[in-house]
Amino acid sequence: MLSRVASSIYWVNRYIERAENYARFIEVNLNLSLDLPRGTVEQWEPLVATTGDHEMFVARYGKATKETVLHFLVADAENQNSILSCLLGARENARSIKEIIPSEMWEQVNRFYLMVRDAVTRGMSHHDLHAFLADVKAASHLLWGITDATMSHGEGWHFARLGRLLERADKTSRILDVKYFILLPTADEVGTPFDIIQWSDLLKSASALEMYYKRYGRIAPDDVAAFLILEPTFPRAIRYCLIKAEDSLHAISGSERGSYQNLAEKRLGRLRAELDFVDIEDCVTRGLHEFVDHFQARLNQVGEAISETFFVPRRVHYTESVTEEQ
Amino acid sequence: MKFSTYDPGEFYDELFEGIGRPRRGSALLLRKFASLPDGELRKRQQAAERVILNMGMTFGVYGSDEGHEQIFPFDIVPRIVEAPDWTLIDTGLRQRLRALNLFIDDVYHEQKILKDNVIPSELIYSSKGFLKACWGLNPPRGIWCHIAGIDLVRISDGRYYVLEDNMRCPSGVAYVLEARQVMKRTFPELFEAYRVRPVDEYPSRLLETLRSLSDLPDPTIVILTPGSYNSAYYEHSLLAQKMGVELVEASDLVVIDGSVHMRTTKGSQRVDVIYRRINDEYLDPLVFRPDSLLGVPGVMEAYKNGRVAIANAPGTGVADDKAIYAYVPKIINYYLAEEPILPNVPTYVCWERRDRDYVLEHLDQLVVKATNEAGGYGMMIGPQASQQEREDCARRIQADPRNYIAQPTLALSRSPTLVEDHIEGRHVDLRPYVLQGKGFYVLPGGMTRVALRKGSLVVNSSQGGGNKDTWVLS
Repeated sequence: MLSRVASSIYWVNRYIERAENYARFIEVNLNLSLDLPRGTVEQWEPLVATTGDHEMFVARYGKATKETVLHFLVADAENQNSILSCLLGARENARSIKEIIPSEMWEQVNRFYLMVRDAVTRGMSHHDLHAFLADVKAASHLLWGITDATMSHGEGWHFARLGRLLERADKTSRILDVKYFILLPTADEVGTPFDIIQWSDLLKSASALEMYYKRYGRIAPDDVAAFLILEPTFPRAIRYCLIKAEDSLHAISGSERGSYQNLAEKRLGRLRAELDFVDIEDCVTRGLHEFVDHFQARLNQVGEAISETFFVPRRVHYTESVTEEQ
Repeated sequence: MKFSTYDPGEFYDELFEGIGRPRRGSALLLRKFASLPDGELRKRQQAAERVILNMGMTFGVYGSDEGHEQIFPFDIVPRIVEAPDWTLIDTGLRQRLRALNLFIDDVYHEQKILKDNVIPSELIYSSKGFLKACWGLNPPRGIWCHIAGIDLVRISDGRYYVLEDNMRCPSGVAYVLEARQVMKRTFPELFEAYRVRPVDEYPSRLLETLRSLSDLPDPTIVILTPGSYNSAYYEHSLLAQKMGVELVEASDLVVIDGSVHMRTTKGSQRVDVIYRRINDEYLDPLVFRPDSLLGVPGVMEAYKNGRVAIANAPGTGVADDKAIYAYVPKIINYYLAEEPILPNVPTYVCWERRDRDYVLEHLDQLVVKATNEAGGYGMMIGPQASQQEREDCARRIQADPRNYIAQPTLALSRSPTLVEDHIEGRHVDLRPYVLQGKGFYVLPGGMTRVALRKGSLVVNSSQGGGNKDTWVLS
């Protein structure tokens, strides 16, 4: 398979997954602010902090209000990671491989893009926003369903899944991190009913609440973190994402699990193994935010190695695709 | 639907010889049309348009950004070419391409034709299509132009004339293939009744031609496209699909140890034949344009050393320079000692003093074209232009006479075209495609472009033109 084609399939999926997760970020914050005690000021700055684009946001908007943050994350074409930009990127990548992917996939990417573009052009009321976020999630799920059901599960499909899962692992870690940035009114409130509500909002935005209850039965901060990080069977949990991503990587290169042929396999294998042999106490002792931060840096290195191993056509492109924020 | 009142008017009509009188080959088609209930043709036209929409048959227009993909306008009334006419076109095209190929080879080698003063050498050296980098090159089998699209027009005398030679990257063949698919669905009964010569073998013929450029038993062939923003991208991907070869962009290719490779997820893979759909000057930034991001650095060196074959060969542009076009009858005469079977349209080469004076005095009657533009860009149609436009054109000619030619405004033939629920005459031209590998293959048919606007003579899709299927009868 041509490197360019593989790269486009991979990026279509990263962009779409990114858009879906931005919808989830916004949702968790909307829910959190609804559940804030009376008299507390809504917090929008933490949301920007978790995306990693805080500096750019401050330079462009200054103060974080609901309006500015929503515009930045949804409709800002200058922000390469906004939902609108993600759909533009996904559509452009899909368009360049139109003759290689099933036409149903291209049509869904195109419809998804038009839906987002129209919503952004139209502008959204508070009520519309909730429906829009739900639509974004559903459109992303539909695209994956179409990909899974209409594309041969060969090399191209594995690049698609790789893109999806690496992006999802990164974003789940960021959802978890929202909690770190959210300032509780006082430190005493840790572990109070209010704190519990926040943790369950978090689970909800990762579509994890029901599955979490089945597993643990009650909300406890460490268990929530354990579930989102280490659960090997929950498809939005980081460990699950890495296990399946590793499967795809091995399917692409044809090497055995437990060995490696290239830098991408080496790095991803090590990162996955680390999660296999860690428990939540280890993470918490170290500090959850530090753990997440470290994990994101390592995951970026995996992304770089994938670009280097499989895509890297020319230097210009190299720097583009290595950057996490493409 | 009745056509007893259809009036061909003063123009040559492709389907009618007089008011209400069909030509021999068209009688069956028109009888069929006449037997259809009212509104049926229109219904079928709409059905055909839906098929085209679903096929995603699009073209791009330069300079329009949002929504630059447009659905190709298509007319379901076919243009019919009867067998004797086709025989003439077929032999005429072979003759022309044989001569042009000898010409290109000569120009890059001994230049006998210049030494014998048949063509002024300044005209060759000043041609943008003449590439010094191709000097002394010997492409496989001595063939330079493997894929040509020659534009023909028919005027009031009923004869076919060559209007333009497209020897670099002629496009449009995808529309020929797709138009036929659409027509087979639209009028299955007519295909049973008529013996229309098939066009579907074009991709396999093209593949055969490309394979003939390599000595390997199973060469790796790629189509090189400028990318999905190119106006002909639809065609590039269609041909790649139908031939089962990779569609690559320049950034997918790299020269390693003097050979061309494509970058795949399993490492690099050697490429033996490139069907390039990008112009010469964007092929190799090391040789042509250092500022270009589009090319493959080193590809020309690989080509010169015979490590990769390129179709069409770089340098063929010298033969479709519109000023050199005027000399093609002499070229045929010189190399083949034959008279041209397909005549040229009378052409004034502004570079020649006498022609230039004539052109400047008769701008209101002439069509002026830039010698190295295609697709109807850089064209001035005298009778329709404003005084201002004519004056601007005169200034451009005086500033750079080499860059302009002029031709009389031609009364292009018309072909009946569906307008709402009846047929009206619309002007058409014809672009047949010729492949040259181990032998010649002339695609029986070609792209019939039709000026859909009433009275318009411009058939380019970028300027309100559409397409018709071309039926060559056997």
